Amino acid sequence: MKKFFAMLLTLALVLSLAACGGGSGGSGDSGSGSGDSSQAPADSGSGSGDSSQAPADSGSSSGDKVVRIGVFEPATGDSGAGGKQEMLGMQYGNKETPTVEIGGETYNVELVYADNASSADKAPTAASQLVSQDVSLVLGTYGSSSAIAGGPIFGEAGLAAIGVTCTNPGVTAGNDYYFRICFLDPFQGTVLANFASEKFSAKKAYLLGELGNDYDQGLLNYFKQAFETVGGQCVVDSFPTNTSDFSTYLNKAVAEGADVIFCPVSIAYSTQIVKLAASMGLETPILGSDTLDSNKVLDAAKGSGVKLYVSTFYQEGGSPDFDSGIKAWLNEDSTAMTNNGGDDTIAAVTAMGYDAYYVALEALKAAGSTDKAAVKAALPALTYTGVSGDIAFDATGDAIRDTAYIKTADNAAGAWTLETVQTVK
Amino acid sequence: MQYAISILLSGVSLGGQYALIAIGYTMVYGILRLINFAHGDVFMVAGLMMVYLTASLPLAAAIPLVLVLTVLLGFVIERAAYKPLREAPRMSVMISAIGVSYLLQNLATYITGGLPQMYPEIPGISKTITIAGAPTKVVTVVTPVLVLVLVLALTQLIHHTKVGMAMRAVAKDFETAQLMGIRINAVISVTFVVGSFLAGVGSVLYFTNYQSIVPLSGSLPGLRAFVAAVFGGIGSIPGAVVGAFIIGLSESIIKGSNWSIFSDAFTFALLIIILVVKPTGLFGEKVTDKV
Amino acid sequence: MKQTSKKSTWMTLLFVAALLAVVVILENVLDPNKNIMVFTALKKGAVYALVAVSMNLLNGFTGLFSLGQAGFMLLGAYTYAIMTIPAAQRDAVYYIYNGSAINFSLPELFGGGPVGLVLGVIAALILGGCVAAVVAWLIGLPVLRLKSDYLAIATLGFGEIIRAVFQWDKLGPVTNGANALKSFPTFSNFNIQNAGGETVLRLSTFMAFLLAGVCIAVIVLLINSTYGRAFKAIRDDEVAAEAMGINLSRHKRLAFVISSFFAGVGGGMFAMFANQAQAKTFTTAMTYEILLIVVIGGIGSVSGSCIAAFLYVAASEWWLRFLDAETFIGGVKVPLLRNGFRMVVFSVVIMIVVLFFRKGIMGDKELPDRFNRRRKEGAAK
Repeated sequence: MKKFFAMLLTLALVLSLAACGGGSGGSGDSGSGSGDSSQAPADSGSGSGDSSQAPADSGSSSGDKVVRIGVFEPATGDSGAGGKQEMLGMQYGNKETPTVEIGGETYNVELVYADNASSADKAPTAASQLVSQDVSLVLGTYGSSSAIAGGPIFGEAGLAAIGVTCTNPGVTAGNDYYFRICFLDPFQGTVLANFASEKFSAKKAYLLGELGNDYDQGLLNYFKQAFETVGGQCVVDSFPTNTSDFSTYLNKAVAEGADVIFCPVSIAYSTQIVKLAASMGLETPILGSDTLDSNKVLDAAKGSGVKLYVSTFYQEGGSPDFDSGIKAWLNEDSTAMTNNGGDDTIAAVTAMGYDAYYVALEALKAAGSTDKAAVKAALPALTYTGVSGDIAFDATGDAIRDTAYIKTADNAAGAWTLETVQTVK
Repeated sequence: MQYAISILLSGVSLGGQYALIAIGYTMVYGILRLINFAHGDVFMVAGLMMVYLTASLPLAAAIPLVLVLTVLLGFVIERAAYKPLREAPRMSVMISAIGVSYLLQNLATYITGGLPQMYPEIPGISKTITIAGAPTKVVTVVTPVLVLVLVLALTQLIHHTKVGMAMRAVAKDFETAQLMGIRINAVISVTFVVGSFLAGVGSVLYFTNYQSIVPLSGSLPGLRAFVAAVFGGIGSIPGAVVGAFIIGLSESIIKGSNWSIFSDAFTFALLIIILVVKPTGLFGEKVTDKV
Repeated sequence: MKQTSKKSTWMTLLFVAALLAVVVILENVLDPNKNIMVFTALKKGAVYALVAVSMNLLNGFTGLFSLGQAGFMLLGAYTYAIMTIPAAQRDAVYYIYNGSAINFSLPELFGGGPVGLVLGVIAALILGGCVAAVVAWLIGLPVLRLKSDYLAIATLGFGEIIRAVFQWDKLGPVTNGANALKSFPTFSNFNIQNAGGETVLRLSTFMAFLLAGVCIAVIVLLINSTYGRAFKAIRDDEVAAEAMGINLSRHKRLAFVISSFFAGVGGGMFAMFANQAQAKTFTTAMTYEILLIVVIGGIGSVSGSCIAAFLYVAASEWWLRFLDAETFIGGVKVPLLRNGFRMVVFSVVIMIVVLFFRKGIMGDKELPDRFNRRRKEGAAK
């Protein structure tokens, strides 16, 4: 017994030494996912010149220089499904354009992944992992609270991050290093509220969100403000995390005589709600935010009479080249297909991930170096026309966007059709 | 009126589903004095197995197979994770249960990739009907009936068979029962088999109603069912059923009111009140501590 | 025991001082960006060590099985955040509610600057602990009468209730509803910068260690006092303890309140680590994580909890990360490796520890005991 404890203790000590020692040997333990090239720079100092040099000698077999882009996305947890679809866009972009010209030299682009598990308590370590792996900039994340938790770590390391679909204003506010290419909650909430009153002449709306989820509650709040200014009336309701019985909520909406139901909830909940609405034969239109733009939700509505409208960043058909290219890729790569939820409907987050990848390449080109400080400095002035529209950043680092696509589910065909393009001055 | 009926209906169907899970909790607790935290996850895994099996098998073959596999899972969990800890302090066993629950959830995340899975439609009980103007699925009506039938069968088993008698003996006094020649391990296995079987049936009913399954789908119904079991007096099967219906109904009513935010909190508040007022639950037996 | 206690106290103090010194040196010698994983893991480990020790005080030393730790951490985290967000940032943080109901921040109240920061942060952490302690006292009145599993489930319920209350939008002007509280001082604010904004002395990890160390030291002192012996007596046999004249309800409540106080302080430190405070982080899953740390370290061992906290954090979030990435060795794809695999392996490891190393790393012994190689008779209980 004693021997065993002694052994275990020694093991513990060795491991904790390894924790400290691992530091001086470069972050070898954590880097294995991406070719271990972070080992090379070891203690060669913190100068930025070194960091751009270092990956070169340990890069891929072709001997080319490598630039690393961090992908800070959830692959597990509640936002796992969305995070994976967003990553698909980046992966496809990377497949399409695997190299970039920086300062007259060709670099191979390598995506470095860190799973933030959709949770604010795992996000700081995931962010740290990216910092330690010498990435030039970071893309992500799906889910604003992880972005808020990881943001200061990037800021401290002087690493720029480009938010892809995190729509909460708190992500970029007060953080110079966080940028984003999507619209914000206040905009999206207003767009949907206007749409509800214009399209359905709705007077009363039933708003449903997850309790304690900043994304849901933020949108509910902005929808309510905008809907009340156009003379509507709102009933706001929240359900606890992990709820699966929504029948009472939908019945309440009917009993209240709501003209529209607004439920900007995550994919798992929205499939439940839409399925239930379908089986109840609910007549009331359901409005959703960008999270509902998912083929899982579309599947749930297929073949039923549910009237489903979602606001989103991208409408299939917006860029035929991108559409056909990514569909071909999805159809030949079974893992990608699974990550997309089993069919080749393009989620808006995928298009956004794709645009984010190209914005990152543009930033690298504009910076003329893989140095993260130079990339950060190049970002504010950057403009790019992506498949989802024009991208430019304002003073806080938010994208200047004034358009949202509103799509409706065609339940017979099981596809999205464009309803309208909504703008707010 | 229609609204009231719809609330009542969803409360009753929730109650029925919780009851099937709660029985598993209460039987295991009655015998092992263990809160089997993994029970809710067994329920979730049963749902996932159905999704994957129906992809390749006809429904008529998939349902019995799922029930068999769920029973097997329950049996294996008991043998692998709880049996080695029979002599260990109760806290270790409970932590082992938390570990199993953690493992099942992570495994489910790994296999499904965290994507919500759609439960297949089951002909007959997936159909929508209208009761007094409130639309609902057939399963809502089937659930309470099925629960009653199963509970009656279970009470027959416990009161009129040899295994049942052994179970009661073990629940009453573990060590004495052992001394009387009862094969403790066999009895415990039977308990887990019965509990998992009911969880399997519960999962069919539950997920027919709420079709999307994520790795955390089992945790909330599991927790609620456990609360129901405690509420009714843990160890007592009628108690678990009554408790489950009370919890299901009150959850539904709170959700239907303006205080829906606190539907979870209310469930727990109810639990704490009952524990403080009557620590052994509604139908629990008074236990005196022996020094 | 008596003769060696003085010696081992000194040993421990020396060890802790050496540890702190090593942390400061490492932090300033190593490149902060390349080795950021080390420091993030160390910071989180320090926070979890404190919370685990506070839980151990209750579960391991007093024998009260409570699962409310995440709830008390939430109270501490929110109190800390609300008290320290700079007044100028409040409008931006509470943007949905058009500003906060509370418009002062402790660091500014203490005059701002480095002195204000240190005093304000410490005061806010202590206040967070106090709020948690007061709530624990109120909860303890009815709940502590319950026995083992019932107590566990009731405290778990309280954790959930607290979370729901903090997410309630009617309290938004204070709690910021569902939105995260952010922009408050974090560990990084303790890095000393020169006039040019360059960091000259890094103290962020040191700060985490120092705060956690002081709190754990207080808990250790408590455990070694008369109260601690009373707690252990209650754990070993309630009836006998009562017969010996120990006031059961008073001691149980005391243990519960003190444990919650430190969980609250730990919660505040957690907010400092995570750069934000949001109610949805503090779930029962977090309580389970801490419980697992306590068990892995050994129920009833303070040093065990500390070691286990670091091992747990490092293993789950750092060392095993490579399991999540698809890896090719010599052009062949390694099977099974993909997202989510890390957590599967990790939970298997936990099951192995729980099943085969039941006593955890340290059993109920402490680190100095091991060095002294003293075997105590009847150590099993």
